[in-house]
Amino acid sequence: MHVPDGFINAPVSVAAGVVAAGAVAVSLRGARRELDERIAPLAGLVAAFIFAVQMLNFPVAAGTSGHLLGGALAAILVGPYTGVLCVSVVLLMQGILFADGGLTALGVNISVMAVTTTVVGYAVFRGLVKALPKKRRSVTVSAFVAAALSVPGAALVFTLVYAIGGTTDVPLGRVLTAMVGVHVLIGLGEAAITAFTVGAVIAVRPDLVHGARGLRQKLQLRVGGELVDATPAPEPQLAPALSPSHRTRNVWLTGLAASLVLAGVVSFYASASPDGLEKVAADKGIDAKVEEHAAAGSPLADYGVEGITDGRLSGGLAGVIGVGATVVAGTGVFWAVRKRRTDGTEDTPAAVTSPGASA
Amino acid sequence: MGAGHAHRLYRHAHSPVHALPPHTKLAAAFAFVIVVVSTPREAVWAFAVYAVLLAAVARTAHVPLTFLLKRLLIEIPFVAFAVLMPFVAQGERVEVLGMSLSVSGLWGAWNVLAKGTLGVATSVLLASTTELRALLLGLQRLKLPPLLVQIASFMIRYGDVITDEMRRMRIARESRGFEASGVRHWGVLAKSAGALFIRSYERGERVHLAMVSRGYAGSMPVIDEVTASRAQWSYAFALPVAALAVCLLGWSL
Repeated sequence: MHVPDGFINAPVSVAAGVVAAGAVAVSLRGARRELDERIAPLAGLVAAFIFAVQMLNFPVAAGTSGHLLGGALAAILVGPYTGVLCVSVVLLMQGILFADGGLTALGVNISVMAVTTTVVGYAVFRGLVKALPKKRRSVTVSAFVAAALSVPGAALVFTLVYAIGGTTDVPLGRVLTAMVGVHVLIGLGEAAITAFTVGAVIAVRPDLVHGARGLRQKLQLRVGGELVDATPAPEPQLAPALSPSHRTRNVWLTGLAASLVLAGVVSFYASASPDGLEKVAADKGIDAKVEEHAAAGSPLADYGVEGITDGRLSGGLAGVIGVGATVVAGTGVFWAVRKRRTDGTEDTPAAVTSPGASA
Repeated sequence: MGAGHAHRLYRHAHSPVHALPPHTKLAAAFAFVIVVVSTPREAVWAFAVYAVLLAAVARTAHVPLTFLLKRLLIEIPFVAFAVLMPFVAQGERVEVLGMSLSVSGLWGAWNVLAKGTLGVATSVLLASTTELRALLLGLQRLKLPPLLVQIASFMIRYGDVITDEMRRMRIARESRGFEASGVRHWGVLAKSAGALFIRSYERGERVHLAMVSRGYAGSMPVIDEVTASRAQWSYAFALPVAALAVCLLGWSL
């Protein structure tokens, strides 16, 4: 059903391009709500799935076979906005890379095959799911009807575009009957496959099906032969909300105290024997070649404070001074990085949001 | 998996066309197709000139004609449609080989065939002279929303992985004696599709976690900014500008 170049005249192609760009911009916004910041990898992988599943051939009868278009399926599985986005990306890539569908007809293709199928499919699906009883079966039934209507719907929109900007004068009535007639048949195949696929996903991971949200049944307990609604597990008690700066300061203070205690007191009792590597080195004679560290002459060399003869006290003091120096240096680095980060993030959101308008 | 570094659509070579920055090529291809589509269909010679222009580009790009023709086969469904057109269109009719054909239908068929073929040839040339990653960079440079480019790049990057997964599932089915021959087997195939969806979605979640753990915060860093000099732009636009001249001639004659 990919429309090639030259089938629809230039002005209508441009108009359809504007419509498609608007729809994609809206979907980008909506998809961010559906998938938050996971959008890029997840929508990308779902697009790859749609692309792959379009190659899966479903044999119809002796020799002929059909394949899925996937608009309704995508809308039901991942939500309408992400669905529009995924199918549009698939069409864009098919147009540019595989020469499937003309470059000037991209707008028409996206409006007809991505936007119309997903919007019609999802609207029908939502309406039916609301009307039917809350059961798994009604989800598959709604998926069937939604997919069955989405394909002739797309054919209808295509006929409309053709009526405005078609380059041939095949009588409109004939185009309409041919397109819609053929696509009612195609739609039935699409519907069966979509319903089966949605059913298969619901059976394994019902939580992944966007359209089946709110179908999760309440947990029930059998108490003395009777079913009783289980009380929902209490929400995990969150610590009293502190302002972020308060929280970081608490973490910072606790960490500092713990480090000081560890460094100053625990190292007091720490083993005086060399650690593993030093021991191996000494045993094997590797350290014969070890040169004295450049800082060996510094006041804190070998974790002891020069001039203090008590080994334990000296070690403890060195620890405390070391922790202090590390904290000062670390905090300095942290501040510097954070300052640069806030400078940097000021322009990133703008870079992400503004192009949506130019889509 | 097991494939080379480049996608099979890409044809590696060192030519002036390959060396052009991707966004200039993309813009030129779009401009050329728009010019072709807005040419009046009665100017038959203009389309011949367009074909010659494209052949010249293919020659500079070291793309063999057989390769180009083989890739053109993708438009066969529409050729079938175009062949039907003279029979169903209305208007005055002419007798050709004993068949009554519509004149406007013949023109329509010619229109779709000529413009469609030129469009497909342009896309094929673009894809075979530009690497996938470069194409995506070019799209980003042409101000496509970065998020859309990211989604497209994930689709391209994992498209082959998912397709291979589907192929492995088919091999698994067939090695268990399953052969899809009719409507009765749709259930099995659809279950495979469902499993494929779950696997793709879960892979997406894993990819996202891996990215987050490597510092991803919503936007990809731009490592290599592509730029184009004025000379490169004018070189890339030689094709659409020549086509535009032909198109204007076609309208005035």
